[in-house]
Amino acid sequence: MSIKVYVPLDSGSVALGADDVASAIAAKASKAGSDVKIVRNGSFGMYWLEPMVEVETPRGRVAYGPVSTDDIDALFEADFLTGGPHKLYLGRTQEIPFLKSQSRLTFQRCGIVDPVSLDDYRANDGLTGLESALKMTDAEIVKAVTDSGLRGRGGAGFPTGIKWNTVREAPADQKYIVCNADEGDSGTFADRMIMEGEPFVLIEGMIIAGLATGATKGYVYTRSEYPTAIDVMNEAIKVARAAGVLGDNVLGSGKAFDMEVRMGAGAYVCGEETSLLNSMEGKRGVVRAKPPLPALEGFLGRPTVVNNVISLCSVPVILEKGAEYYRDYGMGRSRGTIPIQIAGNVKHGGLYEVGFGLTLGEIVEQIGGGTATGRPVKAVQVGGPLGAYFPKELFDTPFDYEEFAKRDGLIGHAGVVVFDDTVDMMKQARFAMEFCAIESCGKCTPCRIGSIRGTEVVDKLERGEQPELQTELLRDLCETMKFGSLCALGGFTPYPVLSALTHFPDDFKPRALDIAAE
Amino acid sequence: MSETTEDQNVRVAAICDQLITLEGPLLPILHEVQEEFGYIPDGALQTIAKKLNLSRAEVHGVASFYHDFREEKAGKHVIKICRAEACQAMGADALGDQIRRHLKVDWSQTTADRKITLEPVFCLGLCACAPAAMIDGKVVGRVSADRILQKVGS
Repeated sequence: MSIKVYVPLDSGSVALGADDVASAIAAKASKAGSDVKIVRNGSFGMYWLEPMVEVETPRGRVAYGPVSTDDIDALFEADFLTGGPHKLYLGRTQEIPFLKSQSRLTFQRCGIVDPVSLDDYRANDGLTGLESALKMTDAEIVKAVTDSGLRGRGGAGFPTGIKWNTVREAPADQKYIVCNADEGDSGTFADRMIMEGEPFVLIEGMIIAGLATGATKGYVYTRSEYPTAIDVMNEAIKVARAAGVLGDNVLGSGKAFDMEVRMGAGAYVCGEETSLLNSMEGKRGVVRAKPPLPALEGFLGRPTVVNNVISLCSVPVILEKGAEYYRDYGMGRSRGTIPIQIAGNVKHGGLYEVGFGLTLGEIVEQIGGGTATGRPVKAVQVGGPLGAYFPKELFDTPFDYEEFAKRDGLIGHAGVVVFDDTVDMMKQARFAMEFCAIESCGKCTPCRIGSIRGTEVVDKLERGEQPELQTELLRDLCETMKFGSLCALGGFTPYPVLSALTHFPDDFKPRALDIAAE
Repeated sequence: MSETTEDQNVRVAAICDQLITLEGPLLPILHEVQEEFGYIPDGALQTIAKKLNLSRAEVHGVASFYHDFREEKAGKHVIKICRAEACQAMGADALGDQIRRHLKVDWSQTTADRKITLEPVFCLGLCACAPAAMIDGKVVGRVSADRILQKVGS
């Protein structure tokens, strides 16, 4: 019987050399006459250990990492195919502390299964959520999702069940489920990881959403920057269709649901739901004014659920184990688990799924292990390019929608980007404005013009031209953008700018004067 | 050997015919045209417009809105360097400066010998192995200027 060796196909792992490692293992095994079957799995999300190679042994799956092609000879000499000792040996995968201490509900199979094997997915309790949903009425499914407390994981935190109910009650001959997989926020990669590592859970979640709302057609709108995620999703959809999971007769229930993947074209603003719908319709990705809500007039003017990948991927476990099981995780009004993505200048970067409520300090210092450079942490940006910068003084903030809002921040898509003490916060504030200017769709003035003026004001601050006046002007401009913009791009760009200005005032002193003073 | 505009139009029309039944076919068509030609030829706009019953201006408006669609062919190699925050935290700004200096181009430009196009990208989802880049469609993490240049043979 052949020995199963797992080498991730995850883009993060491939970016660190997983493809070369996989071919080197295959070549060496065939030379040594070992019967090896290489499975390209998803990543467990421990990127400091990638490429992480696993071997199936009688004592379970054991891991080695980070493996480079230079290590292959030594690994074979150490008899790694039977789990032999080697300096890269990490023990049983599930016992690795970073993984063991998580509460993996949404990502429970990511890394474990062959992403495009429906048999693997079923063998690990996949499709049980869909099977129970098929025995329920649409209203019962919506109630389960509402009772679970699940809120939109894309950033807005809107209760998923309420959105579904609006679509369920809207009369129409055709309704749609649109999965927003336009994950453009820096510091976030949960959507990519799950689409590459466990695509069937997204398919299952979308079918359940269809059953709950009466939608029979689904779209996954994702980024052109994610070619592997697109390939894996397309392959999984094909497999699901062939197995009768998708199609006119979902699992023999007589109910129909089918879906396809659509690729964006490099516009950050298309992560905003109305821009996304315009883009899917083949228009410029310009924001639409709301109302009408997409739930009533969405894709092609029809009732449409627009949900984030992680929201939809959290649905199967809720239907499988019940609303209460999911709701028991978390704190306050933030129920369930959240896949936190720890990134940037951090020692242990990766994905950590856990109930809401850990403090920012625990996430950065304990789980993340501090900076990669070994220097002190200066700032942490939470929630992508539109999220606030937090100083160490606010590290006691619990990871919770409301607690972050209280401190003028947001958790967004739960990306946490760590910066060491070499970061220049004035530069970061300028970048936030510059990014908004580059990505603005141009529909509303505060965003289109405000962002350009914002970069100019920061430039004047840097040159020391009337610094007090510029600071006041920058705050005033941020107020205008915050309250006058149509969508979150212009409306939230002030978060990084104002938080940098408020928490790191020393970085906003004129540079020219500094030099003169030296 | 450059093909005639007429040949080009035939190929564009064939792509349109193949995808026109999709709901919202314009983006898939533009992607496919770019895949076929390496850019969106000017003449393609009129052909697509006719097929989809749109004005040429509308198609141009869409094609020019998205960063992905090119008006002219890229260089032989395309280097995309992530300029977003997580990569900035790991030195992406300095990396971009080094590459620009070495290649003597700015962002979104192609070297004079048409060998290399340098483009910024805002997030490849490789934020836990920053700084990241994509070279000819292949992702690389924890990358240095030397490694990027070595990969494109410069």
